[in-house]
Amino acid sequence: MGEFSKPFDAIVVGAGPSGNAAAYTMAREGLNVLQIERGEYAGSKNVQGAILYADALEKIIPEFRDEAPLERHVIEQRMWTMDDKSHTGMHYRSDDFNEEKPNRYTILRAQFDKWFSSKVKEAGALVLYETTVTELVKDLSGKVIGVRTDRQGAPIMANVVVLAEGVNGLVGQRSGLRNEVSPESVALAVKEMHFLPRETIEARFNLTGNEGVVIEAMGTITKGMTGTGFLYTNEESISVGIGCIVSDFAETNVTPNELLEAFKNHPSIKPLLAGSECKEYAAHLIPEGGYKAIPQLTGAGWIVVGDAGQFVNAVHREGSNLAMTTGRVAAETVVSLTRKREEMSAANLAEYEKRLGQTFVMKDLKKYKGIPDLLHKNKGNFFGTYPRLISQAMQTWFRVDGIDKVSKEKSIFRNFRETRTLWGMMGDAFKLVRAWR
Amino acid sequence: MSDAMMAPRAKVEEKLFQNRYLVDAGRPHIKVKAHTVPSPSLMAMTTLCPAGCYTQTESGQVEVAADGCLECGTCRIVTRKTGEIEWNYPRGGFGVLYKFG
Repeated sequence: MGEFSKPFDAIVVGAGPSGNAAAYTMAREGLNVLQIERGEYAGSKNVQGAILYADALEKIIPEFRDEAPLERHVIEQRMWTMDDKSHTGMHYRSDDFNEEKPNRYTILRAQFDKWFSSKVKEAGALVLYETTVTELVKDLSGKVIGVRTDRQGAPIMANVVVLAEGVNGLVGQRSGLRNEVSPESVALAVKEMHFLPRETIEARFNLTGNEGVVIEAMGTITKGMTGTGFLYTNEESISVGIGCIVSDFAETNVTPNELLEAFKNHPSIKPLLAGSECKEYAAHLIPEGGYKAIPQLTGAGWIVVGDAGQFVNAVHREGSNLAMTTGRVAAETVVSLTRKREEMSAANLAEYEKRLGQTFVMKDLKKYKGIPDLLHKNKGNFFGTYPRLISQAMQTWFRVDGIDKVSKEKSIFRNFRETRTLWGMMGDAFKLVRAWR
Repeated sequence: MSDAMMAPRAKVEEKLFQNRYLVDAGRPHIKVKAHTVPSPSLMAMTTLCPAGCYTQTESGQVEVAADGCLECGTCRIVTRKTGEIEWNYPRGGFGVLYKFG
């Protein structure tokens, strides 16, 4: 692509939430930005549940609610622990979430990313679609000075390359900027889009207008693997999916498709999907290694944002907000260096990490740094034994059968003690508390 | 739930029919390197691939048909140590085109 003779201020690789946040922020501040996306349109390669957290986007495009394609605002969160026939739920629903500026929305990523990408172009960035970045170009000192793509022509040069290339992050890995992701620190999720008339969804989930419900589920649905299931209400569709750590999947003979079918056919889920028409089957990896899996984030001429940097809070099912925030903060760092006419050196770009340390992104990931290991090493208990015990306790408690309550209490405690032992439970509780802090 | 109620393998292919693809004919983006005996990691892909792209031949080798690939990258990560597959993104514009994502 010889037409780009002058180096860009920045090249952004990828047009997901982190790349769009970065490209938008830099272009709006007047930088000369090129963004390169391998899909036919932004979002064509992207998969998410998907929940949009308003706060992170508001800090980038305050008026987004007026124009972004949003599905439903979330007024109710259901957390379920499941065994094969039951779920025990903790639901939180509040009319406070029916506010002027709602806090969370369900979205469809293909449509949302397309919109975000249109904003990036409006802000003045040049966006190349259908173009895959194949490698980074470095100078003799090892500083990144541009990229090569699968299109013919000379490499495209820039002062800095923002790598927003997602969980697979081939460019950064192949250029030796970071190690390959390990199967233990990434989850494979499969998802389907089920369409239903909006009235049916509203009646089935007790909703009015654009109100929405999200369900997050764990338990025997993942067949002993570390993972969770989900079901989100969109305007005229339901997103339903399930994901487990890749190394767990590799040890079983369960196919992801079978796992999703079993989840969809669970007696607690099946009626919610009844009569729907499935229009898409998707799969994607989710980086779930947390704080300990974060790779090197900056170097001479490069900076990493979003899933490529493992920015996902698996405990809270947050990712897109971390992606947008890291994209924005990286962009602000680049803008500030550009204005001061400073080098995009490793030392100067390290400012990004310092700034990130002040945000919820690093604080939250640090807080939960022990959780991924804990859940993975004790998956049999957390995703099998405890969900079963909880269900059995609930059933014993609620079934009225002539047995007195003191005996019921004793039988519940005995069941927990015999199945998991007192020491086992105390140990699990201790480990959980320690990892949670 | 009994195993009988679980979906048969074939259903994956049916699901893939719902998806949109632009296949780069003759230029598969995933290749399995020639081998006589697949490693356990490569063998695992015959169940692990969410699009069912990997199958074992009668003579025991594992092969890939990447037309229905969802581009998740699981196979790349699982076989990273054995190096049995060559994985690239499809050329720009080709591959799966998510309508909803």
